[in-house]
Amino acid sequence: MLVSFLVVYVALTTLWPLARLFAHALQPGEDGTHLGLMLTTLASRSTLRALSGTLQTSVLSVLISTLLGVALAFAVSLLKLRTRPALTFLILMPLIVPSQTMALAWIELLGAQSPILKPLGLAPPPGATNPLYSTGGIALVMGIEHMPLVFIAVRAALRALPADLVEAARILGIPASRIGRGIVLPIVMPSVLAGSLIAFTAAIGNFGVPALLGIPGRIPVLTTQIYQRLNGFGPAASGQVATLALLLALMAALAIVSRNLVTKRFAVPLPAGAPFVPRRRAPAVEVLLCLVVIALSLVPLAALAMTALLPAVGVPFGADTVSLDQFRGVLDNDAVRRAFANSLLLACVTALLCGLVSIPFAFLCIRRPNPVLKVLDTAIEVPWVVPGTVVALGMILAFLKPLPLIGVSIYGTMTILVIAYLARFLPLVLRPIAAAAQSADPALDEAARVAGAGLARRILSIFFPGVLPAAVAGAIVIVMTALNELTVSSLLWSSGNETIGVMIFALQYEGNSTAAAAVALLSTFLVTALAVIVTATGGWLPKGTLPWGE
Amino acid sequence: MPEKFLQIDNISVSYGANRILDGIDLHIAEGEFIALLGSSGCGKTTLLRTIAGFAQPAAGAIRVGSRDVTTLPPDRRGMALVFQSYALWPHMTVAQNIGYGLKLRRRSAADIAGTVAEMERLLGLTGLSARKPAELSGGQRQRVALGRALAINPEILLLDEPMSNLDARIRLQVRHEIRALQQKLGITTVHVTHDREEAMVMADRIVILNAGRIAQEGRPEAVYNRPQTAFVAAFMGAENKLILPGGIDGDIIAIAAGASNAACRVPRGGRMLSTGHLEARFRAEAATLEERSLAGVPNGEGLVLAGDIVDVSYPGGLWRHTVRVGSEMIQVDAPRACAPGTAVHVTIAPDNLFLFDAPAGTIPAALPHPATVLNEARVLEASPN
Repeated sequence: MLVSFLVVYVALTTLWPLARLFAHALQPGEDGTHLGLMLTTLASRSTLRALSGTLQTSVLSVLISTLLGVALAFAVSLLKLRTRPALTFLILMPLIVPSQTMALAWIELLGAQSPILKPLGLAPPPGATNPLYSTGGIALVMGIEHMPLVFIAVRAALRALPADLVEAARILGIPASRIGRGIVLPIVMPSVLAGSLIAFTAAIGNFGVPALLGIPGRIPVLTTQIYQRLNGFGPAASGQVATLALLLALMAALAIVSRNLVTKRFAVPLPAGAPFVPRRRAPAVEVLLCLVVIALSLVPLAALAMTALLPAVGVPFGADTVSLDQFRGVLDNDAVRRAFANSLLLACVTALLCGLVSIPFAFLCIRRPNPVLKVLDTAIEVPWVVPGTVVALGMILAFLKPLPLIGVSIYGTMTILVIAYLARFLPLVLRPIAAAAQSADPALDEAARVAGAGLARRILSIFFPGVLPAAVAGAIVIVMTALNELTVSSLLWSSGNETIGVMIFALQYEGNSTAAAAVALLSTFLVTALAVIVTATGGWLPKGTLPWGE
Repeated sequence: MPEKFLQIDNISVSYGANRILDGIDLHIAEGEFIALLGSSGCGKTTLLRTIAGFAQPAAGAIRVGSRDVTTLPPDRRGMALVFQSYALWPHMTVAQNIGYGLKLRRRSAADIAGTVAEMERLLGLTGLSARKPAELSGGQRQRVALGRALAINPEILLLDEPMSNLDARIRLQVRHEIRALQQKLGITTVHVTHDREEAMVMADRIVILNAGRIAQEGRPEAVYNRPQTAFVAAFMGAENKLILPGGIDGDIIAIAAGASNAACRVPRGGRMLSTGHLEARFRAEAATLEERSLAGVPNGEGLVLAGDIVDVSYPGGLWRHTVRVGSEMIQVDAPRACAPGTAVHVTIAPDNLFLFDAPAGTIPAALPHPATVLNEARVLEASPN
């Protein structure tokens, strides 16, 4: 019974939209040739340009993410740092800051009117194009944004490395540099590769950065191409863009498959052991580290904040010019207020519903596994792994036509956004719950069975209390991610149903960059405040449930 | 023999293509304490979980009294289970853990409180009601698990290695506590363990499992002193093993003289053996040690081996000697130490000598053909002395 409910749920939110996407991409061409539409789309010059744009920016950005992520992970793991908690928080901050905000912040920092570089005389000359409106610029901002993904993977590997392995080498008299190259690096390498591949899937699916940097810079990538086609031609272009979306999904699938291969084939099973505790202090390196991390995470946001405090673009920053007018202005704006309310509602509803579905789902997957559940378990992963653009397009194709029975289309309503968010964010809460359930003693459930508790009762009174912390942590991550969602919303929003991400994008697009900066700053503040509150009150959560926790 | 209460008839359990249990027959009387003993992977935990209802048998039946419970869910079998990990619900207090089963049975709050208090008193948990499992010691947790199992007043108590997570010292005490409680309540109990001494001390009857089958069952002293197979002998501590030529001669088992042993005859005692090579097994403490130069051949009954001391150590109580006999090493305990290099005689009394057919493949090539050996033995026996 419970299983059939889950089947219907996953079919509605995930399987049906993806199936529609495939059907649309594979339909015959105008002349009726088999797969004709797909072939003409793939052969067109614009597709090739977008594909090469995606590949160039992604590969470059992965290089940047990997270099930064590995270096920072090694420094934080192997040196004894006074500022470790603050450093870690700052390093992970690009994960919390949404990509459109990130892009805006870097635009303000490196633009001709930069409130930070201009007084220093380092800004580009007035009238010059922002240097970020280029392939390199997109790669740089995406590289920094996805750096935490590599950092997390490598840091986890370094923490899992038992100290014995290093100590055993020390006793044999092997010099430190050899230990690094000969022992630590080979063990950590699979994680480096895995982290890079995650960064790659994130990069090809990124919409916020190429939309804000690539559209003015005329550098097309697949995600922006899909957005522009749909905006320009409407649902008529759905077949063409479905092909582009499949291309994206295929690339993401390849990256995920190679990541799984890397972790399966090259990862060495590590013996258990106390983790390495760094003992070496390096004050000079620590100062340098802080400077780099501040430059990456805080300086752009500072530029954004200063822009938002100015009445108009081009006004020099100073005590006499600073005002809160922009904030007052955007908060007085009905559309902006509505966007905040919409995003908050969407984020909370999504987190709540995902949590409610995840608990029985995880219970069944772990305690009562069967082939159907296994398929579902893999299927729900897809909307999170493929680019958001793909998910949004699937939703349009699945729900554009009026629903059978009730005869109403949910396209253009809040409902389609809810369904898309439910599909996309379910793994964020299901994974932590499943991990907690996996590590729990199965005898807890069996003991309740012997005591005579039925299935529903065992889920509620035995399973649920055990996974509650993980569920809360997952739900918080959903709220923080969904609040600033742009990729899916940009294709599914409608007038009256704007989200914060869409609002920032629209304001910047209209040229009102100070207002865009103000909204971006407010939303970032909201999310950061949430993170701080959770961290401060999160003492009752088990260690490691918060993704940014030490 | 009291009537059969818990009946396990021809139970087979498979996991995929693996047959874990193969035709287990076991009848347990009301109030009896049975220990399922075996090394890891022998199927003892699977058997317990099958009795409890967590594993479905591919064949066979389980009956409690006159009820067939084979297909009943775990909570309809009148059984309670104490898990190896205790499986105490971490978010519930001691009282809530013990009372949970009663709550599900819709007993009144006063009733539940009464039973919980009774259990806490019985198990020495008074005053710990409001604690969570994380605030208890290992021994206390174990007793809460026991209290939770007993609170629903089960007909049968199943114990899955309930002491393996306790410190060695506490374990000795808990053995006696559980046994005393079981006898006081008269509850039919099946206890799974890999600890031989634990099984001996606690159980009325020991069932030794090997590779999914019952290797031997019986009272502790019977299994200890009359092992029916070489496996049981080894499992019950007769680790010394020698392959000797010999065979049955009427009511006698005749062992032929070899390079390191004199010929000897021991009563057959109903043992079934075929003529050829025998596997002789005995415990280190069941043999006696004498210096070879002091007396001639010891004239006591039993098997006499000639060997040299290789090593001596003191594990406490007796000195443990490693003795080389031919190409084999054996362990022999003695009250006084013998220096390495000493030539010794090792004597094993007939009662302490366990003899089995030597499995094919273990017979050393150096030994002469059994037929000629036995003939020589007969010659030796026949020669006047």
